[in-house]
Amino acid sequence: MIELTKENFEAEVKQAAGLVFVDFWSPKCGQCMELLPDVEALAEKNAGKAKFCKLDAAANRRLAIAEKVMGLPVFNFYKDGERVFSFDKDSIDMAAVQAKLDELAG
Amino acid sequence: MTEIYDVLIVGGGPGGLAAGVYGSRAKLKTAVIEKGRPGGQAATTEELVNYPGYFRDATGPQLMTNFREHAEHFGTTLIRDTIVDMQLDGAVKTLRGKDGAEYQAKTVIFSPGAEPRTLDIPGERKLRGKGVSYCATCDADFFEELDVIVIGNGDAAIEEAEYLTKFAESVTIIVIHDEGILDCNKASAEKAFENEKLHFIWNSVLEEIVGDELVEAVRVKNVKTNEISELETNGVFFFVGTIPRTDFLKGHVALNQQGYIITNELMETDVDGVYAVGDARVKFLRQVVTAAADGAIAAVAAEKYLAEMEAFNTQVLQADKPVLLLFWAPQLQESVDAISQLERVLDGNSAFKQAKLDTYRNKKTAAAYNVQQIPTVLLLDHGRELGRVEGAAADEQLSALLGSYK
Repeated sequence: MIELTKENFEAEVKQAAGLVFVDFWSPKCGQCMELLPDVEALAEKNAGKAKFCKLDAAANRRLAIAEKVMGLPVFNFYKDGERVFSFDKDSIDMAAVQAKLDELAG
Repeated sequence: MTEIYDVLIVGGGPGGLAAGVYGSRAKLKTAVIEKGRPGGQAATTEELVNYPGYFRDATGPQLMTNFREHAEHFGTTLIRDTIVDMQLDGAVKTLRGKDGAEYQAKTVIFSPGAEPRTLDIPGERKLRGKGVSYCATCDADFFEELDVIVIGNGDAAIEEAEYLTKFAESVTIIVIHDEGILDCNKASAEKAFENEKLHFIWNSVLEEIVGDELVEAVRVKNVKTNEISELETNGVFFFVGTIPRTDFLKGHVALNQQGYIITNELMETDVDGVYAVGDARVKFLRQVVTAAADGAIAAVAAEKYLAEMEAFNTQVLQADKPVLLLFWAPQLQESVDAISQLERVLDGNSAFKQAKLDTYRNKKTAAAYNVQQIPTVLLLDHGRELGRVEGAAADEQLSALLGSYK
C-alpha cells in the first residue's frame, strides 16, 4: 500500500486516473488499528482493481480536513481524482467495502 | 469437533476482561469474544481518575491494555468476532458469529457494554465524523487550534471537555441549567471554571448543527428567552449518557424496559449458566471499577456452577445404579444426622449409590427437583425421580423408599 503525505497526495490521488482507495487512519485510533490487517488483505486480494493507499490523518491533519475527514476511520474511494464514495466509522464493514470496490471497478 | 469453552465471555471491556482474568486463573477454558479492540468505552476515555490505585498519569487506553495483558497472561483466548445469534438453553450453549462461526460453551458471560447516546438533533447524523463526535480520545487531534462545542455537563462531559482544551483553541459547553450549575462532581466543576479555554453558555440547548460537508456552526436556543443564536464552530462533541448494546440479546435473556440486562447479585441472568456484567446490566453505578467487580463475581459464580454441574453429572446422572440423593445443609443438624442415617439404612446395600448436595450452594438443582425441605432424600435413576422422602424421617420411611425400587 502507498503511504500518503501532503507531498504525494496530489499526484497519487487527485491527479491519478482510475480507482483509488484511501484508508484514513491514525496510530491513536483503536478501530483503525484493528482494521489494518483487513485493509492490507483487501489490497492484496484486489491488486490491479484499484490503487490502495493509506494516510495517517493525525500526521496530516489539514490534508484530512481538506478531504472532509474529521473522524476516524474513514475509507474514501476516488475515481479519476474525484471522491466518489466514503465509508465512515459506522458504515465500515469489509464485505460492504469489497462490494463497493467491485461495483466501482467494474 | 469444536472445542467447548468452560466460560465464554462476549465483550472485551473491563467487565469481560476481569471475568477473563478470574476464569482463566481458575484454570477454566476461557475466551473473550470482542468485535473490535478490547477495552470497551474505557479504551476511548483518556482521562481516568477514579480507578483505585491508578491516579498518576492514568489513561483509559493504558489501563485497558493492562487488563487485556492480565487476562491473556493467565490463559484467556481473545477471539475477534461479533455475535449475532445464540442458543442458550441446556448444558452446552451455542453462539454464532457474523460470518457463521459457532462457539460452544458451558457458561456464557455477556459484557456487551454501552455506547454513546445520540440526540438526533438536526444535522447530527449527517455530520458524524465530519465534526460531530462522541469520542474525544479518538478525534481530538483534528481540532487542534479549532473551536469546539460540548453537549452535556455530567462527569464524562466535563472531564472530556477538559481533555479537549489540550487540543482545541476553545471549548464551549452548552448547559441547560442556570449559571454555575453543572451535573458533574464538584471537583471537576471547580477545575472546569478555572480553565481559561473552557467557556459556558447557560440556560441553553442545542437546536441544530449547521454545515454542508463539515460542521460550520451550531444554533443554540436559550430556554428562558427562547432566543436562538448561531455560533460558528468546527466541531460538536456529545457526552449525553449511554445506551446498552443489548439488541442482540432480545428474546434470549430478560431485559428491563430500557434494554438493560436484569441480573441478581451473582450476575446470573434468568437463564441457567448465563451471566451479565458491566454497563449493560441494571445497576447503580457504571464505572470501570464496578464493571471489573461484576466480572470477578460472574466468573466465580460460573466456576461454582460448573463444579456443581460436573459433580451432579458424574455422581448422579451418569451413575450406573440408582442414587439416593440427600439435600442437606451443614448448618442444619437434622440434615447432618440424615447423612449417617442414610448410611445406616443402606447398610452396605450395593444396589444403590449415595450422594449428597449442599442445598444452599446448589439452589438450581434443588429448585429443579422442587425440593422444599431440608433434609430431603430423592431416589433417582439417571436423574429421573423414582420417589422421595421429605423432612427428617424414620429409618422405616427410608427403607420403604429403597424397597420401592425393584
